[in-house]
Amino acid sequence: MQLSRDDLRRAYTRMFTIRAFEERVEKEFAAGNIPGFAHVYLGQEAAGVGVCFDLTDDDYIGSTHRGHGHCIAKGCDVTGMMLEIMGKSGGLCGGKGGSMHIADMAKGMLGANAIVGGSPPIAVGAALTQKLRNTGRVAVAFSGDGASNQGTTFEALNMAVVLNVPAIFAFENNGYGEHTAASYAVGAPSIAARAHSFGMPAETVDGTDFFAVQEAMGRALARARAGEGPSALELTCSRFLGHFVGDPQAYRTSEELAAARGRDPIGLFRRKVTEAALLEAAELDAIETQVLDDVEAAVKTAVAAPPPDINTLETDVYKRY
Amino acid sequence: MSKKSYRQAINEALRQEMRRDASVIVLGEDVAGGQGASGEPGLVGGVFGVTGGLFKEFGPSRVLDTPISESAIIGAAAGAAVTGMRPVAEIMFVDFVGVCFDQIYNQAAKFRYMFGGHATTPLVIRSMIGAGFRAGAQHSQTLHPLFTMVPGLKVVMPSNAYDAKGLLIQAIRDDDPVIFLESKVLYDTEMEVPDEAYRVPFGEARIARDGNDITFVGFGAMVPRMMAVAETLAKDGIGAEVIDPRTTSPLDCDTILESVEKTGRLVIVDESPPRCSLAADVASMVADRGFGSLKAPIKSVTCPHTPVPFAPNLEDEYIPNPRRIEAAARAALRYG
Repeated sequence: MQLSRDDLRRAYTRMFTIRAFEERVEKEFAAGNIPGFAHVYLGQEAAGVGVCFDLTDDDYIGSTHRGHGHCIAKGCDVTGMMLEIMGKSGGLCGGKGGSMHIADMAKGMLGANAIVGGSPPIAVGAALTQKLRNTGRVAVAFSGDGASNQGTTFEALNMAVVLNVPAIFAFENNGYGEHTAASYAVGAPSIAARAHSFGMPAETVDGTDFFAVQEAMGRALARARAGEGPSALELTCSRFLGHFVGDPQAYRTSEELAAARGRDPIGLFRRKVTEAALLEAAELDAIETQVLDDVEAAVKTAVAAPPPDINTLETDVYKRY
Repeated sequence: MSKKSYRQAINEALRQEMRRDASVIVLGEDVAGGQGASGEPGLVGGVFGVTGGLFKEFGPSRVLDTPISESAIIGAAAGAAVTGMRPVAEIMFVDFVGVCFDQIYNQAAKFRYMFGGHATTPLVIRSMIGAGFRAGAQHSQTLHPLFTMVPGLKVVMPSNAYDAKGLLIQAIRDDDPVIFLESKVLYDTEMEVPDEAYRVPFGEARIARDGNDITFVGFGAMVPRMMAVAETLAKDGIGAEVIDPRTTSPLDCDTILESVEKTGRLVIVDESPPRCSLAADVASMVADRGFGSLKAPIKSVTCPHTPVPFAPNLEDEYIPNPRRIEAAARAALRYG
């Protein structure tokens, strides 16, 4: 399907928002403004945006511990996200979730998930709802190369085939599960082959190429919406930073790190659309300026915001003891 | 009103709620049974027949047989619940929660709080509990303390057919995840149960028997055992009050405290190893909030701190039995 200029602008806005947001998270983490852990999505922008590009708010995604990019790709508000990540009042989860648990039901975002392999079974259930209610909507489980080794993922893949639900398993293979390489920890030659063995179509796609991801996702989406069942995508990409912000990455050579930065989804997108004369460089620059302003505003709001009211500690549970 | 077994009461609750609300679905291993086999599907209806007939009435889109994949069962139920369905998932024996506990305590139980109150997860997990079936260490546990310590979960332990029906209907209509623990030794116990749908609220204890001299507190299959001992003590003119809290979470602390205020003596009977049991939990609550009422040390009757044994004589001694309950009561009565 040919993308319009508006589509391309939307794709670039989403991808660059992730880039700018995550680079800012890195800075704010170093500045002490973000409690806990932060796992950033730098280098994977095309995967999340390509998968979510043709989804609506009524389609669902389940995410991972590295979930900021998925939130942005699904349309979550960056100010609400920054407030949440900083543990502030007005955050998407009222400051009770944090970086690893951002959710936004109104956007069909079923939560970042700090348990590796946590989302695939849940996505099967969200897909089951769509099937039983005949909505034509789908549920996507984002997971990584690490989660592809979890038994919960195997169970979810099999169950999705058995129940024939509109689930799409998007495996982002960024080369590392925490601090161990996928080349060591994934016993199968490919994650797509592994998913295929459960009885669903599966393909390996360059996860740094927005266009390749969006096209492959289109095939999976068409199957799912037509009631033809689940599919899987293995999206190969590079993790620019370590497992978490601050990971010194002693286990990666400087050559490898440089090569990872060389597989840049943002640069690739810019090159493709400008070389094909689909968008001008100036238009892309203007998008970047706007996005940087938006992220700056989000950070300012979040830094200035008060923490959650202490009286919310025991709300959102059914009983106090 | 007619005489129904605990099993029939549960089945009727499921059937009536499924008729009332199209978003109620049942899923689990062999809840229909026979899918893909040479014969007709749906004739199994659960390993103990509790979901019998549901497949025939509601069909494969409402009564879903799953692979033997507990994580996927609970995860799918949680995902369906948070997107608008009211799934009743079955974990056949509660012992199997070990392979899916992440989906229970890290996922379903946490969505509401962790997402700032923006998610509801109206999920029921039915499972069978308890020793007495000579089923050995991995098919005989109760495990209610594991669930009770998880914020966000409600935990139900019906002790009779009337409560089983009303509590399950409440569980299905409840917007929080509910663990519904069925005592397999009670499945064939019968009593008068209304034919129409009704709810038994959570967190409201039932005073199964009035008495002024000693308070018994226990859950599920321990209730009939406490009642038997209460009858024995009555022959000696001792009035035992028997409290069935019905739910371990939320726990009706007030009814327990009011009874202890009256009797001054407390025996807690819990089919569980003693450490971190409901016996320990209730004892600590009463020691904290009802200390001034106590005339005697709180006595607990629990299982030993061992896995459930297989040999019938060992298993019979493992479960709190009337002899041990009576001995604990008489020990408490000797004080003051």
